[in-house]
Amino acid sequence: MTAIGKDLVGLEHLSPEQIRLILDTAEPFKEVSERPIKKVPALRGKTIVNLFFEASTRTRISFEFAEKRLSADTVNVAVSGSSVSKGETLVDTARNLEAMRIDMVVIRHGSSGAAQFLGSRIRSNVINAGDGKHEHPTQGLLDLLTIRDRHGRIAGLKVCLVGDILHSRVARSNLWGLTKLGAEVGVCGPRTLLPRGIEELGVQVFDRIEQAIEWADVLNVLRLQLERMEKGFIPSLREYYRVFGVTQERLAQARRDITVMHPGPMNRGVEIDSRVADGPHSVILDQVTNGVAIRMAVLYLLAGGKPELADAAKRGSAGGGAE
Amino acid sequence: MTRPLLLRGGRVIDPSRGIDEVADLLLQDGKVAGLGRGLGAPDGGEVRDVTGLVVAPGLVDVHVHFREPGNEDEETVATGARAAVTGGYTAVCAMPNTDPVTDNQAAVGFIVRQSVRAGLARVYPIGAVSVGQRGEKLAEFGEMVGAGAVAVSDDGRPVASGHLMRTALEYSRTFDIPVADHCEEPTLFAGGVMHEGLVSSRLGLKGIPAAAEEIMVARDVLLAELTGGHVHLCHMSTRGSVALIRRAKERNVRVTAEVTPHHLTLTDHACEGYDTNAKMNPPLREAADVAALRQALVEGVIDCIATDHAPHAYDEKDAAFDDAPFGIVGLETGFGVAHTELVEGGVLSLPDLIHRMSTAPARAFHLPGGGLRIGAVADVCVLDVRTPWTVDAAAFHSKSRNSPFGGRRLTGAARMTLVAGRLVHDAPAPGARGA
Amino acid sequence: MTPHNDRSILLDARAFARALQRMAVEITALAPAAEHLVLIGIQRRGVELAERLAQLIEKDGGPSVRRGALDITLYRDDLETVGPKPVIGETRIPGDLSDSHVVIVDDVLYTGRTVRAALDELADFGRPRRISLCVLVDRGGRELPIAADVVGKAVKTGPRDRVDVGVKELDGKDEVTVVRGGPA
Repeated sequence: MTAIGKDLVGLEHLSPEQIRLILDTAEPFKEVSERPIKKVPALRGKTIVNLFFEASTRTRISFEFAEKRLSADTVNVAVSGSSVSKGETLVDTARNLEAMRIDMVVIRHGSSGAAQFLGSRIRSNVINAGDGKHEHPTQGLLDLLTIRDRHGRIAGLKVCLVGDILHSRVARSNLWGLTKLGAEVGVCGPRTLLPRGIEELGVQVFDRIEQAIEWADVLNVLRLQLERMEKGFIPSLREYYRVFGVTQERLAQARRDITVMHPGPMNRGVEIDSRVADGPHSVILDQVTNGVAIRMAVLYLLAGGKPELADAAKRGSAGGGAE
Repeated sequence: MTRPLLLRGGRVIDPSRGIDEVADLLLQDGKVAGLGRGLGAPDGGEVRDVTGLVVAPGLVDVHVHFREPGNEDEETVATGARAAVTGGYTAVCAMPNTDPVTDNQAAVGFIVRQSVRAGLARVYPIGAVSVGQRGEKLAEFGEMVGAGAVAVSDDGRPVASGHLMRTALEYSRTFDIPVADHCEEPTLFAGGVMHEGLVSSRLGLKGIPAAAEEIMVARDVLLAELTGGHVHLCHMSTRGSVALIRRAKERNVRVTAEVTPHHLTLTDHACEGYDTNAKMNPPLREAADVAALRQALVEGVIDCIATDHAPHAYDEKDAAFDDAPFGIVGLETGFGVAHTELVEGGVLSLPDLIHRMSTAPARAFHLPGGGLRIGAVADVCVLDVRTPWTVDAAAFHSKSRNSPFGGRRLTGAARMTLVAGRLVHDAPAPGARGA
Repeated sequence: MTPHNDRSILLDARAFARALQRMAVEITALAPAAEHLVLIGIQRRGVELAERLAQLIEKDGGPSVRRGALDITLYRDDLETVGPKPVIGETRIPGDLSDSHVVIVDDVLYTGRTVRAALDELADFGRPRRISLCVLVDRGGRELPIAADVVGKAVKTGPRDRVDVGVKELDGKDEVTVVRGGPA
């Protein structure tokens, strides 16, 4: 068993130590991406399947870079998201992967719980690249790393999530990661897009974006989930931008040097102004860089690691320090 | 002709007459023939020593789903009736959401004939409220009742239209049958898979708010009041519903209500880990709802316990939470769960539990049974309320295994079940039930 | 718990310092053109030793010697079997290695697998003209055909023995001890 378990399903059940381990492990992997030869043999010979039931370019490419830079063999499977037999397909898919002896699976699926469903049925390591509205743990982790790089710490920082929290798996992962590492978390958005019981999770609720900007050290601006949103949560995009948009003018009123993040892809002119996204407060591109390093760290920590073989090896060579 | 049978030395509980004493019970010609101490063995009859066991009127479940016709791989009338008697039930009422829907005289008659052929628990058909359960046109109540239907319901679905529900209640008065409603406001339910609350927020699953049920409960009691009809509220799950029913009964509205053993036991926390055996409709709710439902049962605000036995094939439930069908089986664990949680839990006395699982449901649906007076039909269950047993879904007589109680240790099981004096379930040895 | 725990000091602080002096001289003899010399220490203690050697070489008033650090964890051949993943240290390679003479510096040479991993990793950074190996202690027990060019102290050990190296910067004092674990 590795230090973070067999699968990475979410951040909710990781300990603060485990989360810090992943962040610390990502640092040396950032260096690998700066080398002329951006490749280390750590996962040589491993087969990794990227199983994406929902379309995604950016996350899939980020995982693919991470896998290839670790010298793993990758296979991309894009399953057309037919809603009729989604459940059936998942069980059969799990069985097929098991039969092909895949080492690791990165899965993105439209149903909450799908990653855990898969992880409990196959021996391969399963990494959740986003399951329904539940969690997107690698995104949460790269957000934490980006904040830590910028501010030097997480504990005590005020981080506000802005937008469609109800439907956002990024929000949930952020919430767990931030609270476990001691940050204060706030949310801001229309009440129709806030989940029930959010206050019971220790989160501050801001009804107006101006209040959130005044309070926060970091804003994590979420994409307005056009494709997942059912009709009627907000009257129009125009109204959303007018009331909740993170604009240059609003940011100018911030009391402190505020950091602006966005998981992407951005709806420019809906939840965020272009000038903000491209401006000095934004760390959006750092998030992308950190994404590859975090994913390399996760793959590295999950892969292999059979302690019983290590004990056997140790019995043959008792030597302190280097060999 | 069934031989006469004397059940000797058991604790006889007859809630219909307030009887709770150690006595002998004589069954003859399909009826209760005698109750007292030291009864003599009947001529040509059999004697069974039931010392240490409880002798009660057979349990009655007014809400089950047998999947015949249409989904016989999940359950048939025969296998469902077998599951019923194993659980101590002598009578059940089968909901009409079959395929095709049981909404006419011929379909009702089919269920009756299948029940007779099986020769186990009495399976009483419930007819549909609307043709095809489509919520548009009233089905032929008269013809269905004539063929043997004891109530009407569109369960599976709500009767969404207020006008249709009103009409159904008014029309039902001619035949003096209850209209059983599955209370759910469709636009508030839309796409939900579990209770809307903190747990659903954490799991990222779409929630069904308590208000979705309470809105229809309020509507149904007002319509029952308006029409003078009898509305029976299926599987109540929220404390708000309990409050509405309490006030309606204070106004003498003709309303009865049922609650399931799982809503008296489990909360939405059972969904953590995305276990689809915790997915049913209405969903499991919060601890405060469970407490209110228990209290309602004690007061009689909720009249009876019904299992909402809903069999599903294993591969249908083996899916992501969003995609799995709603429902769990319950006939073979109903009494065990209710006894362990409520009687051993100090909420209800054993006679009160039997009242809620036999006498009260029979009365609500005007069914024979539910009592042991002389001349009553000999539907009897003999219960062991001492020997613990462990639930093993693989050993169920039902065709389906979808239960959240697998592995749970319970006390409360039927050792014998008799329908019209015939012994249809006999499990004398403790542990013969898959302990 | 091994029945004999036979602990002896192989190099005390003074012997340690003398060994380093001698090693610095031998490196200079090996690589006379100091501007091409790069000392790369293997994490962890090799890094501190490389730094000390570089300072000793520079003390004789020559050009400054480039140094760097190499963490070989990602190139280990036993990643599959090791239990919880080891922490990855810093890798810091000074500029382009193409024209240089790299001297790998490590504290103990044993099976040779660490050096093999280091050679693989260096290859991903460029193609040095020449690579040499300098170790403080050679304890024998090679599993690969690898030999050191500069050795501080050689000692014969068995598989149950342990060689513990302490450096002032990390462990408080300079010392090398051998702990004998008894016959195999």
